[in-house]
Amino acid sequence: MAIEVRVPTILRSYTGGAKTVEGSGATLTALIDDLDAKHNGLKGRLITPEGGLHRFVNIYVNDEDVRFLGALDAKLSDGDSITILPAVAGGALGFAAAAALLGR
Amino acid sequence: MTAATLGPGKSHGNVNDVLTIDSAIVDAIVAHARRDHPDEACGVVAGPIGSDLPARLIPMDNAARSMTFYEFDSMEQLRVWREMDDNDEEPVVIYHSHTATEAYPSRTDISFAGEPGAHYLLVSTREPDSEEIRSFRIVDGVVTEEEINIVDATVDA
Repeated sequence: MAIEVRVPTILRSYTGGAKTVEGSGATLTALIDDLDAKHNGLKGRLITPEGGLHRFVNIYVNDEDVRFLGALDAKLSDGDSITILPAVAGGALGFAAAAALLGR
Repeated sequence: MTAATLGPGKSHGNVNDVLTIDSAIVDAIVAHARRDHPDEACGVVAGPIGSDLPARLIPMDNAARSMTFYEFDSMEQLRVWREMDDNDEEPVVIYHSHTATEAYPSRTDISFAGEPGAHYLLVSTREPDSEEIRSFRIVDGVVTEEEINIVDATVDA
């Protein structure tokens, strides 16, 4: 089962510079495990040590933010297109407070 | 500030340590920041891939609508990033305002900075009559301030 994954510039050091990679998996978790097996270290940039989706990235299945699709439990099908983008956020607020505000 | 001739080659000096940007774009960014004050304003200036020339201003919603935090709406961001892709553009500048503090990246800004190729432009609107505008590269948590070279009429804004 092939799922196309678009990788942002900041994570291309894990994919040998590739903009697009292929993976497989019935859920986002399974896909990320598959990607990590081929591109060691990628998982750590997408999933926190606590096992949640990292707040520094947005992941989309086709045109939908996975946070609206069950996050890591999002179901995937052959031919789906995954896009990873760096979340763009910041501001004068202290980091801990910002993280709490984001609730992720 | 001197008027630079923009063209092929490196004559315009956007090599690592200078942001060259049109005055009309800077004026529009400042106007956006003033309009949203005291909330933080944010947006992108897209430019042709590899040009390092900010050409198309895209003000973004601050989904956090906060005086101390900004966040692009994830769906708006997907639309804008796709559009840039379709136009062979990239985010040359990512800007936001600080409304009560200086125009210097906070720890939060540094933690989130995810576009190593972009210039991070900060505008402080804490003074009612003047703006502090500064530009930075943020790569792997390292902040490097750079000069801003404001020029006239490089783009139709």
